[in-house]
Amino acid sequence: MAQKIETERLNAYFNSVHAVKDVGLGIPENKITAIIGPSGCGKSTLIRCFNRMHEVVRGARVTGKVLLDGKNIYDADMDPVLVRTKVGMVFQKPNPFPTMSIYDNVAAGLRLNGVKDWDRLDKTVEKSLRLAALWDEVKHQLDASGVSISGGQQQRLCIARALAVEPEALLLDEPCSALDPIATAKIEDLLFDLKNSYTIVIVTHNMQQAARIADYTAFMYMGELIEFGVTKTIFEAPDKELTEKYITGRFG
Amino acid sequence: MDMRLRWASFRPKSIRALGGDFAFHLLVGIVAFSAFILVWVLVAQMVYGAYPSMKALGFRFLTDTSWDAGKGLFTVIPLVVGTLTTSGIALLLGVPISVGIAIYLSELSPAWIREPLSFVIELLAAVPSVIYGLWGIYFLAPVLSHNVDPILVSLLGWTNLFQGTAGGFSKLTAGVILAIMIIPTVASISKEAMMAVPNSQREAALSLGATRYQTTRIGVLTYARSGIFGAAILGLGRAVGETMAVAMTIGNSPKISWNLLDPGTTMASMIANNWGEDIGDPFKLSVLLEIAVVLFVVALLINVFARLVIGKAMKPVQSGGAGL
Amino acid sequence: MSLEIRTYKRRKLVNLLASAAALSCVVVALIPLASILVEVIVKGYGALSWGFISNPIIPGGGIGNAILGTLQLAFYASLIGLPVGILTGIYVSEFGDNGFGRTIRFFNDVFANFPSIVIGLLAYSLFITYFGFSILLGAIALAMIMIPVVANTTEEALRMVPNSLREASLALGVPRWKTVLKVMITNGKSGMVTGALLAIARITGETAPILVTARYSYYWALSPSDPTASLPVAIWFNALDQSATAQQQAWGAALVLIILVLSFNIVVRLLTRRNRFNNNNRMVKKSWLRKSKQSA
Repeated sequence: MAQKIETERLNAYFNSVHAVKDVGLGIPENKITAIIGPSGCGKSTLIRCFNRMHEVVRGARVTGKVLLDGKNIYDADMDPVLVRTKVGMVFQKPNPFPTMSIYDNVAAGLRLNGVKDWDRLDKTVEKSLRLAALWDEVKHQLDASGVSISGGQQQRLCIARALAVEPEALLLDEPCSALDPIATAKIEDLLFDLKNSYTIVIVTHNMQQAARIADYTAFMYMGELIEFGVTKTIFEAPDKELTEKYITGRFG
Repeated sequence: MDMRLRWASFRPKSIRALGGDFAFHLLVGIVAFSAFILVWVLVAQMVYGAYPSMKALGFRFLTDTSWDAGKGLFTVIPLVVGTLTTSGIALLLGVPISVGIAIYLSELSPAWIREPLSFVIELLAAVPSVIYGLWGIYFLAPVLSHNVDPILVSLLGWTNLFQGTAGGFSKLTAGVILAIMIIPTVASISKEAMMAVPNSQREAALSLGATRYQTTRIGVLTYARSGIFGAAILGLGRAVGETMAVAMTIGNSPKISWNLLDPGTTMASMIANNWGEDIGDPFKLSVLLEIAVVLFVVALLINVFARLVIGKAMKPVQSGGAGL
Repeated sequence: MSLEIRTYKRRKLVNLLASAAALSCVVVALIPLASILVEVIVKGYGALSWGFISNPIIPGGGIGNAILGTLQLAFYASLIGLPVGILTGIYVSEFGDNGFGRTIRFFNDVFANFPSIVIGLLAYSLFITYFGFSILLGAIALAMIMIPVVANTTEEALRMVPNSLREASLALGVPRWKTVLKVMITNGKSGMVTGALLAIARITGETAPILVTARYSYYWALSPSDPTASLPVAIWFNALDQSATAQQQAWGAALVLIILVLSFNIVVRLLTRRNRFNNNNRMVKKSWLRKSKQSA
């Protein structure tokens, strides 16, 4: 199984806090991988290392390697700006740009990277909104402000915005935690469709979500990777006792 | 205020305590009330003092274009032109620099530099206006006159805004000093507006592959633009009201001229420059008071507008000494 | 995505230029500050001497009466301005949850940065007949400038105090006014002190309002009802006079004034840093709560 993203001895720090400890993990290509674990176990920090967002925080540090298609994104000659166009991210709370229209929000990434051709922008905006299962709902109001739509729609807008730059992998940090079950279901459906073309990593505190949509699951606890495997195995016959305790709800 | 506070204060107390509370509330309320009312009483009194001039000059005060003290012709128009041009220069030069400083402090500077640097910029506001004027006379005016004005005349002379060689006492010099003087205010409020932008906006831009500059542009500046706009209006308010530095560098000529290198006059500087000799002449005094009334109205409108804009954009900033 | 390398390189360049531009804005703003300090120190230093500071303008050619005048003005202005400002600030913070309180707060903000010459003339308009050109008239004008500033900082300082303290005190039966006083003294004190100092520093440098109220004088001001020289006005009157005495007075006064004003600002700055440090490292004082329990 081809590994889209691989980590080797990855450690992440916030000043002196050791948030991610020696993680070695392989994210399979074109599959959905879920990362689960109790609050504060480091799962958000981990995926932020995949697109070099972790280092944006003052005092943050990373050691080790993260390989994207075999190339270490933390190499001295790798520009984080370029890495982030290859690995997109959707955040926990929807964050569309409030002063921009829906169209402009989706096109933002393209424009930032220098695309000016209206034709290309139009086509990509429509394609991205369709992929995010939002096109039909907003196609008549592309001029409306990015924040004039509902929370669930905003999150799908953010997904469309991330997809518009045509990344190779998409990271989602608890994307549904601020949404109601119906909006959540819509997003889970579209992720299922997306995995054919994109490698997807989703952090979730909702185990049922992981069980529903993920092909592979990683369980983290206190900064360490405890177990990784096919979702079915993790949930039905986990290797480690800690995993079993978490799955059965004995903590977290 | 919390409802719990209100109810808590109704707890049964001794009569003496109740009396004390009432007296305290009354005292504080009366002081606040009186201070507030007094201001408007004074305004009325000032208008009253300006009345002779208003009666004699009528609307000509607002429409005439030539000021000639000897002939008793007084008009506010040349003063307004001077105020507008100097404030315009101040904003044109000062706002971009202030926004640049705010961007540096908010987005780019290393953590340890932010506070000390903010403090130093704040010191620009602490320098008294009259010292800016002194510096303006003996340093800035000669420098501009010898080194900068000729360049401006040769490059931009075609615009009719830059002609001739004035001795350095000009609307341009005054405008430049005003620009420096408004920097601390505009920079500090813009900085606050930018720092109030939630990090999620920056993250959104960064995650799309934006450079620092692009992140600041679409993630921060667009979000903070009304705060920055309000900061600029406040800067305008300060520029309009600045008296001493302007009076010392603007050359004090009541002739209307759009040539920035010519001397001019503003409402505030006209009052300051004429206050010395004219105490004797009550009519001239009331003319000066009438100018002050106009200045009061202008400053009031600008500051009210600024506070409304800023109040909408973000939490009101404390204004005790340009808190950077 | 097919990333245009050309665009990428251009973006990086723009980013670099923009960062450089922002930094240069900082430098551009600091140049005048440095220049002013250098000029004032260089030109004013020669004027400083004991005689200069202690002699009045006539006779003696010094600025002693200007220094004293500035101090007297600051003193009387604070006498009026600080209490009124603080009480207004208390009103807005503790009782001002109504239309009137909001109005006051709004106009405090509006008048805090108002043209000072207008404020001077406002004071002049009414009070000239009662006080004449005098220190007192000047003090009134300066107090009017101080009041919005002090009110704002007082209100801010009190607003920072957590409501739980007030509630706890009131719930124990401590009367409202005692609660406010205690809260103010223990927790609001630092904010209020820095606010007062900043206001005083501000009015020390004001020229225009003094020009139209306390005017000028070559002699010692013998009583608060006399007009007086002051450092800013001394600079103003001597600035354009090219004679050696006048220049000496102007630059010497400028040096003294700047030292005064900057010292205030530095002291305030040190106090603020110490307070922030203390507040971050220590929970808000609750000891007075125990004391109130005993006296309530």
